[in-house]
Order: sequence, then structure tokens, then C-alpha cells
Amino acid sequence: MSLNNFLLLPIIIPFFFGMLLIFGQRKLVYQRSFALIGIGLALLSAISLLFKVKTDGIQLVTFGNWPVPFGITMVADMVSTLLVTTTLLIAFFVIWYGFGSINKERERFFYYPGVMFIVTGVNGAFTTGDIFNLFVFFEVLLMSSYLLIVLGGEKEQLKGSIKYILINVISSALFVITVAFLYSVVGTLNMADIASKIAAIHQPGIITVIAVLFLMVFGLKAAIFPLYFWLPTSYHAAPIPVLTLFGALLTKVGIYSIMRTYTLFFVHDLGFTHQLLMVLAIFTIIAGCIGALAYFDVKQIIIYNIVIAVGVILFGVAQMNETALKGAMFYLVHDMLIKAALFMLIGMIITITGTSDLRKMGGLLKKYPVLGWSYLIAAFGLAGIPPLSGFIGKLLIAKGGFEAGNMWSSVFILASSLLVLLSVIRIFVYAFWGQEQPTHTQQTMDKKTYRTLFIPTIFVVFISIVYGVGAEWITPFMDDAAKLLSDPSIYIDAVLKGE
Amino acid sequence: MKTNDVIIQFTAKIVFFIIFFFSIHIFMAGHYTPGGGFVGGLLTSSAIVLLVLAYDLNTVRTVLPINYIHLIATGLLLALGTAAFPMFIGKPFFTHFFDYFTLPLIGKTSLHTAMLFDAGVYLVVVGVTMTIIQRIGEDD
Amino acid sequence: MEILLAFVIGFLFMAATYLLLSKSLLRIIIGTGLLSHGAHLLILTMGGLGGEAPPVLTDGARDFADPLPQALILTAIVISFGVTAFFLVLAYRTYQDLGTDDLSLLKGSDELE
Repeated sequence: MSLNNFLLLPIIIPFFFGMLLIFGQRKLVYQRSFALIGIGLALLSAISLLFKVKTDGIQLVTFGNWPVPFGITMVADMVSTLLVTTTLLIAFFVIWYGFGSINKERERFFYYPGVMFIVTGVNGAFTTGDIFNLFVFFEVLLMSSYLLIVLGGEKEQLKGSIKYILINVISSALFVITVAFLYSVVGTLNMADIASKIAAIHQPGIITVIAVLFLMVFGLKAAIFPLYFWLPTSYHAAPIPVLTLFGALLTKVGIYSIMRTYTLFFVHDLGFTHQLLMVLAIFTIIAGCIGALAYFDVKQIIIYNIVIAVGVILFGVAQMNETALKGAMFYLVHDMLIKAALFMLIGMIITITGTSDLRKMGGLLKKYPVLGWSYLIAAFGLAGIPPLSGFIGKLLIAKGGFEAGNMWSSVFILASSLLVLLSVIRIFVYAFWGQEQPTHTQQTMDKKTYRTLFIPTIFVVFISIVYGVGAEWITPFMDDAAKLLSDPSIYIDAVLKGE
Repeated sequence: MKTNDVIIQFTAKIVFFIIFFFSIHIFMAGHYTPGGGFVGGLLTSSAIVLLVLAYDLNTVRTVLPINYIHLIATGLLLALGTAAFPMFIGKPFFTHFFDYFTLPLIGKTSLHTAMLFDAGVYLVVVGVTMTIIQRIGEDD
Repeated sequence: MEILLAFVIGFLFMAATYLLLSKSLLRIIIGTGLLSHGAHLLILTMGGLGGEAPPVLTDGARDFADPLPQALILTAIVISFGVTAFFLVLAYRTYQDLGTDDLSLLKGSDELE
């Protein structure tokens, strides 16, 4: 029993370091080094947890030594552990990247505690096995995201953050309402217990209504089709490292929650719930593609690519067979990595050129060849060109779609890759080719800042390449995750019977 | 015009202590009866707000030189420490311990680790409330 | 009792929606407050109003109140307290910096055309 507390370390360590970092807010060296040490330690514990889960199966701990359905259970299974590890990996490099990008004012005003608490919230949300506790961790990550999004207090940020907070307050209230409805029907909050109770009553209509409510709540966070409207304006205002964290992590928590609830709870009326999810996923992709192609602003292009990825992953979830779920898991982790890499890269482009408007850029390839080619690799990875990381996930999702008999929509998913490729290649063509623009010839970045920005970026790009090329080694982990998602009874038995 | 606020200042000084001690009482009562760290913290911060109203922010800041943001961190550390302590002796996170002790003056009382956690909540609530009030108040 | 509470919750949601749709930021914040009050009351009602006795301390107790909704409400209240406070500070800062609390003047962003 004692060893099982181990699974809490990736949540507690960032939290603890976040608190330490509240003290001594003026000492930059202390802030930076402790932030990196904290995330590094948490990352090490997450990696060892990953191997422990691989060999010993699902780990769980119930707070306060209560018997299982009554206490708050934290469950580390393959799905959550993979996501926790990726989160910490990204957070590590984003903090590093921030040394050269976040200005000193922000660094002194609780930027690092904010990042630590957001990581705590994200990891907690991935790990928890209790639906109300999920709400609490959502609030932890939202509160710290509110801090990060207004940090600096520029006018643009204030405007964007008001919308962001308002949307999230409303969606939190909806979350509470939905949990109340669910509690009144099944009388429990433990996720495994809820799943087994729903299975016992064969999912009557009221549960399907609750499923749709959950889709609305999590869809607001994950930015699915009718509910993604807040994302571009709010995210656009944030500084690059914050944007990277948000883009790589926050929407993914929403996706994870949809994935969890739709593969564990609401699996008895697939004809309605999952069909709805699939239709929404396709519309999400269409909306994202339109946005990504319409803008000339590099930030907006990548932000709309978040929306596209949300659609692709949820399409995989909606198929509800092992192949597609494996693809969805592959694609989810890939997307976290590649979005972080892309945001970091365009952050560098914006710092070099001093603008985010594509039409005012050009000719960067001459001066920054390595940056250009690594951007191209990341862009190919995003679109899913074969040996790179996006390929295997999308292939499996489409294969799962064919297995489930959704011929045309699967073809559509594959075709959307071309639009994704077009939207990101536009950045390459405009920014790296062509004539050098007079606007950014005078302001060349000094070598030191360039290196602090470039080294973590190239690490993330490299990791995403390894993730694609080395898919062979990752497949056993993904197999476990897909098995777990496609068969709810594994999770339920592990939690309720403590196997 | 200089306002005459002798009465409110004098009253505030006394009422501050009444509210403060009542908040401690509410905090201690929290385990078996209504009350607890959250309500206690709110009451304490309302007492401080009363002082701020009667005097002004700078005076109160010299009387109570507390960095409220550090207070939040201390409270969080206390709460997390209480929750994490069972981990080191091989019990699950958040395990609760209690026992009965005979203390001088008070007699037989039950002491429990939940109270330490609640003390953390108390500090956090005071810290958060006062931070926000200072933030808004200091622009006048 | 449940019927009465259902009406109260409905009224709170109605008022909250009305306030959320207005232009003034302060009204919107009050609206979110009412919305969360409605949600908390909903938890209490949906958890079943139950009896009056304290939650089970001994075996065989009947007519006891369900402790779980109360714990949930307490948590949710604390969270909504924090969020509302933060939102108020943000609204105040916005009013100071941009000189308006009218949401129709805050929409869009200057950089995007």
C-alpha cells in the first residue's frame, strides 16, 4: 500500500515547488533553477511510474485510507500516466524556453508558481478517478491559467482574458450541474463505480442526456465545433510560452475528459452519443481548417490547428474500437509534443521578425537555416508525413474508422491532412522564402537569447521525431492504453476489486 | 475637509479583537459543529477589513506587516504537509489521525490532524481575501 | 420541498442568464455568482434532501442527511468564491486600463483585421 503513494508524486512535486516559488519572487536565479528542478524531479517520478504501470498494471491510492467507492481514488493507468509524462516533458522545455522569452517583470510576478500550479492541475485531472475531484483539478488548472493569461496586464491580454474567464466560469457551473444530475441518478462519484452502476441500469435516457451535458462541459474546454469560438481571441493575447503551455496542455485535458467519460461511462448507446461525437468532430475539423487557411497571422494559424487536432482525436474516440482508440492515444501524445514545438518555433519567428503577420515576413532561411529546416520537419510531423510522429496516429484512426464502417468520414480525415499541411507550409513559404523584409533587418536577436530559445525548441522537435520514428518502442504502451479504453471492465475491476 | 472618525476608530480597535477571537472560536468549533477554517478565515479578514475602513491601508500595513501572498504559501504548505505526512509512514495520502488528550486548563480534548489542515485553509483564506482587497484598495 | 427548491433554482438560473446577457461587466459577474448559487442548490436538491439526523456514526441510523452533497457544495462554494474574487479584480483592472466596463466595447482584438 505504501508504495502506491508513489503515483501522487507527479502531482505533489510541482505543487510543492510552486509554493516554494511564491517566496523569494525577486530572485530570478532561484525562481528559474527551482522551477526546472521541480519539474525535472516530477518528470523522473512520472517516467518511473510509467514503467511501473507497464509491468505491474494499474496503480491506485484512495485518500485517507477509506474503502474504495467512498474515498477519493487516484488511478494511474496507462492512459493517464502517458499523458502525465508528456505534460511534464513539455512543461520542462517550456520553462526553459521561457528564460529567453518571458520578460523579467512577468518572471518576478509569480510566473513560475503559475506554471507549477497549472502542471499540478493538469496532472491531477489526468490521474484522478473521481468525477468531482476532476472538477477540483480543473479549477486548480483554470485558476492558474487565469493568472498566467492576465500576467503582464497588457490591454490586449485584459480583453482576451475576460472572455476566457467568463467562458470557463460558466462551463464550471455547468460541470457542477452535470455532476449533480449524475449523482442523483447513480448516487456515487467514483468513476469506476459510476461506470458499473450505469452498466447495471443499461443507460436509460437520462444518462444519455447527462452524456450530452458532459460533452458540452468538456467540449467548451476542449474547443469542439460549436464551442471553440472563445479559443482564438483568448489564446492570441497570451505571451508565447504561456500560449505554448495552453495550446499543448489545456485543450488536451478537455479531450482526455471526453475520452474518459465516453469510453468508460457512456458506452451503452453508441448509436446516439458516439454518432453525435463523430459528427461534431468532423465539423470541428472543418471549422479549424477554414480558420487555419483564412488567417495571415502565424499565431492564429497554429491556434486553429489545435482545433483541427481536437477534431481528429475525437473522431478516433467516436469509433470506439481498439484500433481507433490506439490511434487517438498516439495522436493525442503526438499533438501535445508537436503543438509545443510549433508554438516555440513560431515564437522564435515572431521574436526575430517583430511581427506575427505573415505578409510582413520573408527570407529568414538565409540567416536562420537551422530554424527553417526544423520548422519544416515539425510542420511535416503535424501533417503526418510517414516516418514522422503524426503519421501512425492518423493512420490508426482512419483504419479504425474503416473498421467501424465510417468510410467517407475516414477518407475525409485523411484528406484534411492536406489542408493542415497547406496551412503550415504557408508559414514556411511566407516566412522563410522570398525577399528579406526591411522591417526585421535591423533587429537581429542577440546570440545568447537565440540559443536559450533554440535549444529547448530543438529538443522538443527531436523528441517528436523520435516519437514518430521510434513508434515501435512506444506501441506496447499504446497497446495497453487502447485495451484499457476499449474495454471499460479492466478499469472498473482494477479500481473496485483492487486487482 | 477632515472627517471626525474618533468613534469609529475607537470602536474598530475593540471590535477587531471581538471578531478575531470569535473567528478563532469558530475555527476550533469546526470539527464537530458548523465552522472551520474557511469561515474562520473569512471572519478574520473581515476584522482586518474593518480596521482598513476605520484607518487606511498604510496604517494597517504598518500595524500588521504581513505579506499576504507569503501567508497563502505558508497556508498551502501547512495543508499539503499535513496531507502528505502520512505518506512517509506508509499510509495513503490524506490519512487522518486523532486521539484524546488531557490538556491543562481545557481538560479532555480531541486533537486531530484535520485541524492542522484546517489551519492551512484558514491562512490561505485570510491571505487570498486580503491580497484581493489590498489590490483593489491601494489605487485610491 | 423539492418542488419549491426546483422553482428557486429555476429562478436563480433565469436571473443569472438575464444578467449574463447584459453588457455591463459588473452585472455579468453578479450573474456568474447567481449561476453558481443555483448550481450549489441544485447539488443539494439532487442529492436528495433526506432527513435531519447527522450522517451515519452508528449502524442502523435512519433518516440521516447525505453528507456528500454538503461536502461538494462546500468545495464548490470555496472555488466560486476564489474565482469571483479574481474576476472582480480583473474587471476592476480592465476598467482602469481601458476605461470601460461595456463588453460590446471590449470585443475583438486590435491586432486582428
